[in-house]
Amino acid sequence: MSEVLTKTSFTIPVGPIHPAVHEPVRLDLTIDGEEILDVDIIAGQVHRGIEWLGMNRNNAIQSIYLAERICGICSASHPFSFVQACERAANIEVPKRAEYIRTIVAEIERIHSHLLWAGVAAHEIGFDSVFYLVWRVREEIMDLTEYITGHRNTKAMYMIGGVRRDIVEEQFPRIRQSLDYYRSIFCQLKTVFLDDRTIKLRTRNVGILTKENALKYSVAGPTVRASGVPKDVRQDQAYGAYADLDIKAITPDIVTGTVVGDVYDRIIVRLLEVKQSIDIIDRCLEDMPAGEITSEPKLVKLLSTLKKAEGEGVGRCEAPRGECFHYVRMNAGEETLANWKVRAPTYANLMPIPSMLKGGQIADVPISFASIDPCISCTNRAIVVDISNGRKFSLENEDLHKLSIMKTRRLEENLVS
Amino acid sequence: MNLLSPEEIVESFKSSLGKDLVDSTIYRQEIASKANLFTSISIVVNREAFRDAINHICKLQEDPHFIVISSSDRGDNVELIYHMSIYYGLHLKEISLLLTVMLPKTDLRIPTITDILPGTIFAERETQEMMGVEVTGIPDNRRLFLPDDFPAGVYPWRNDEAGLKPEMTRVLPGRQGMKHE
Repeated sequence: MSEVLTKTSFTIPVGPIHPAVHEPVRLDLTIDGEEILDVDIIAGQVHRGIEWLGMNRNNAIQSIYLAERICGICSASHPFSFVQACERAANIEVPKRAEYIRTIVAEIERIHSHLLWAGVAAHEIGFDSVFYLVWRVREEIMDLTEYITGHRNTKAMYMIGGVRRDIVEEQFPRIRQSLDYYRSIFCQLKTVFLDDRTIKLRTRNVGILTKENALKYSVAGPTVRASGVPKDVRQDQAYGAYADLDIKAITPDIVTGTVVGDVYDRIIVRLLEVKQSIDIIDRCLEDMPAGEITSEPKLVKLLSTLKKAEGEGVGRCEAPRGECFHYVRMNAGEETLANWKVRAPTYANLMPIPSMLKGGQIADVPISFASIDPCISCTNRAIVVDISNGRKFSLENEDLHKLSIMKTRRLEENLVS
Repeated sequence: MNLLSPEEIVESFKSSLGKDLVDSTIYRQEIASKANLFTSISIVVNREAFRDAINHICKLQEDPHFIVISSSDRGDNVELIYHMSIYYGLHLKEISLLLTVMLPKTDLRIPTITDILPGTIFAERETQEMMGVEVTGIPDNRRLFLPDDFPAGVYPWRNDEAGLKPEMTRVLPGRQGMKHE
């Protein structure tokens, strides 16, 4: 496949950019008619060398904010993992109250991310009224994020040794108001996503990831849970306030009694996780211990501690898309990090994509690919090779989207007739 | 699945690998109000026993969770750490594993483990292109992130002469250049 594609055609990913996604990735599909025979993933079009910057230019505190900008959506998960890794490398303690605040911010992020995904998924199958509905509903959590952190998305809450801002008693009613809002509309969302005929038609038995493949490729997050593996860092390993709470990984059999591992199952998992996040925030507000929010409020002093530190540490957290992992090593006397390795969940979740798309139809590519909630989530340039006549042509995102809508309409018409 | 304690896991490595187990460290940290433990185990092995160590981890849990490979330039050596975890799926039982192998810069080769854990392919491709470590037997030898027109023989994560050349980086006004110039 790769030898017939010359690199010169694809130096810069061009083509329409999807409004909800921010990073390009290329999928090379080999097809026979409508059927997908093989898939190849070409990543790296937006590799920005962030780890290199952390190892060559920035000090550890500056790198928190760089970590926050790795992803436009997971702007809490990356700094959350990064500060944990730094704290372990430099032996810095974290006050208990800070752990709770970190957890609340991370869960708010999960609600916003899952709702964002639900809207995108509806859009991908041409169900735009649901897309508008979900994104309107999502505004409430964006407002809450702004209320707590001062910004709708870039939160800047995490600091090595704690958090930067407190969540005080006076703010609790406003937070609970948002939680109550989501509780009140949860049944409606559940009906829309789990009972709607169109959504079922386009997502049941589509993009199946078997449990075997999910384990084989060490897949993470809702994608692996939808395949029936109860893997969730919040449940599995102690970090943040999750260590105090009794978290249980959500698998689709809770609702349906079975695990299919298709797109529909991924919808179930993400939907139930919104509910789970609401409950976690509620528990954190109730149990939040009193005390300091950081173990070292003076940044200059913190920086000098970090400069003297010698050691290594790992930080893991369950981002909305799955496990987000950071590894940090510090050498005494060096301001920059000696080593920094980041593994975002999509890194692992891209690997099983070929097995999910093989045997499917081109029109199912947008929803199947979007169902892992990829962070480089645009099929904005897919090369299609029709092996029946050897002709090569490229489908841009808009063409794919049109094919997807046409399939939805076709299925609906068949159902009516 | 029979859950071993961190000490028992280290013992099991010792009896399985013998002299090829160079070093081991157990790290524990109390988390939040209930002081539940975060546990990680660092295992350093010789390259000769690397695949045996991976096979041994697969005995501890049938499908161990593979995360990523981190690599550091440590002067005369390149250090590879295979980040993995075992005992996932159970409440607060998961243990992080850092399987470390040191490779001399005169012989930067490591066998592939994609036949044991297929999910390592991206990490192995990334280690090849970024650190210049040859993964022997890798089923897909292409680059992962670096573009095809990136010069051969330059490895961005290296701190020696094989690393990024100063003329390949852009230093913003008022900033210092690279640390390792």
